[in-house]
Amino acid sequence: MTSLRIEHHPVLNFPERKIVNFYFEGKQYQGYEGEPVAAALHAAGIRTLRRSPQKDRARGFFCAIGRCSSCIMEIDGQINTMTCITPLAEGMHVKMQKGHGHIEP
Amino acid sequence: MSRNTEVFVIGGGPAGLSAAHVAAKLGATTLLVDDSARVGGQLIKQTHRFFGSSNRDAGIRGITIADKLQQDVKEVSDRLTVLENTAAVGFYHNKEAGILSQKAYERVTYQTAIVCTGATENSLTFENNDLPGIYGAGGVQTLMNVHGIKPGQKILMIGSGNIGLIVSYQLIQAGVEVVGLVEGMPTIGGYLVHASKIRRLGVPIYTSHTILKALGTEGVEGAILSRVDEKFQPVPNTELEIKCDCICLAVGLTPLIDLFQQAQCRMVHVGELGGLVPLHDSSMRTTNPEIFVAGDASGIEEATTAILAGRIAGARAYEATHGKSAQAEAIVAEAREELRTLRSGSTGERIRWGRERVLKEVGEC
Amino acid sequence: MLKNDGIISPEELAPVIPPPARLAKGPVAIIECLQDIPCDPCVSACPVKAIKMKEGITDKPALEFDTCTGCGLCIPKCPGLAIFVINMKHTPGMATVSMSHELLPVPEKGQEVTALDRTGKDVGKVKVVRVVNPPGYDRTAVVTIEVPADQVNNIRAIRA
Repeated sequence: MTSLRIEHHPVLNFPERKIVNFYFEGKQYQGYEGEPVAAALHAAGIRTLRRSPQKDRARGFFCAIGRCSSCIMEIDGQINTMTCITPLAEGMHVKMQKGHGHIEP
Repeated sequence: MSRNTEVFVIGGGPAGLSAAHVAAKLGATTLLVDDSARVGGQLIKQTHRFFGSSNRDAGIRGITIADKLQQDVKEVSDRLTVLENTAAVGFYHNKEAGILSQKAYERVTYQTAIVCTGATENSLTFENNDLPGIYGAGGVQTLMNVHGIKPGQKILMIGSGNIGLIVSYQLIQAGVEVVGLVEGMPTIGGYLVHASKIRRLGVPIYTSHTILKALGTEGVEGAILSRVDEKFQPVPNTELEIKCDCICLAVGLTPLIDLFQQAQCRMVHVGELGGLVPLHDSSMRTTNPEIFVAGDASGIEEATTAILAGRIAGARAYEATHGKSAQAEAIVAEAREELRTLRSGSTGERIRWGRERVLKEVGEC
Repeated sequence: MLKNDGIISPEELAPVIPPPARLAKGPVAIIECLQDIPCDPCVSACPVKAIKMKEGITDKPALEFDTCTGCGLCIPKCPGLAIFVINMKHTPGMATVSMSHELLPVPEKGQEVTALDRTGKDVGKVKVVRVVNPPGYDRTAVVTIEVPADQVNNIRAIRA
């Protein structure tokens, strides 16, 4: 779908997967169903996933296996979701998160 | 809800899968939990052929070894339950633990637990080390070899251990340009055959160098390197600017040990093993007699030794409930001998030293 | 030096290069594995038992040059991609180098490819004379290229 997707690999075969639509900050993108949200965003060219709580610095993913929490975002209203281990689904709304996120009382 | 098992294995990487397979095959009812979507641990992203003995998986790609281990556990599925997407969240008193999946929290009662939680990636201190585009080597492998996405077009690798060298090669295979590999030490840390492999594909290897800063504000656009002296201090006026769109950190791993601390296992800091590790004997038993350890959680090494240590822990955990067994003893003896040969020689020096220190300390307990 | 930059120097390479008399006889393996690492698949890969490890698995492989037939079966079995077979008896002035190739594209016989030296430097175009890539090699192709005889231990990779 973009140039970051590996089309051919000397050792690996990537199976055909279903393409789904999702939204990042309200704008529509496409990714593969079941791949991590952070991976779909990365393939779409988005690597700033949130802003740091105090210094407002851009942050992306780091470990990609649900350890470091660098990739947390708001998914369908759920803040602090680790996007590197959350499978992408049709119609997901993904938003950048500032700091620790905000929950409506 | 609660579950009851004789052997409770936490972590489905090479150590955990091997431990569970051996324990169940010998006859213990076994439960294995793994918090990821698919067991296999880091093996599922290792496209390269493994080193080691051709009697055990050498010359075979990591992804193939993962398939083999997954097949092994399927063969004993009458006694072994595998729960994916399920994390062990805590040990309680009276041989009880808690596990959490997306569906439910459950209690597990067990006779012995084998903790194979693996390790977490280290970061490195330099200016702008939090920029998007700076990834751990395992993260790069996951993105690239599991999900089929390149981390970027031009990448700078930090760290010349086997992981840095191997992931550089995997990046080239995926079509990413590796603009350089940086190492603070004057010599390459990993196997030199891996270094030659990337060097002849045009990757410059900067030994006695460090990264001073990453360039960019919203994401990586480059890096400034500098030469370092014998005390690892940057040498003035040796700065070098490199253009890249991402930086990969392969600067070591730290054992994941929270569960051992919670189970009140005695811990010891061994630099050669990656930091704090649970004290354990040559049967992989910790100072808490119902808790065993195997794999990187017992000290950073690699998959083949993790498999062997897992086999030892699995056999001993079986014996803990079923009593002495000649079959279990044979598995332990064979694995110990293989470990001894794999760790012999000059490249095994550090790990030997670290392992010996753990055994010495456990003798003094 | 190898341990500083990943480049094997001529001095470091010398012990694994067969004597001229053996080279003149035809294909022979060059095992560029110069470190005591725990690895031994090359030993069992050799059908004529020409590769030995005296001190066990962490020893460096030692090739009996006169026993080696240059068959190349060890090439794809080496996890370090460190085994090459050279044939100095190819044609006058020309030799061949066989090597593992795990990158795309995998070249075809007769194709011209770019030859790279130990530093990855482009050292000119060479012709592919053979490509062996059976399922048993598990996606490590063994590619043989025709090179000027004086480049036989300089060229160590290709870009197709």
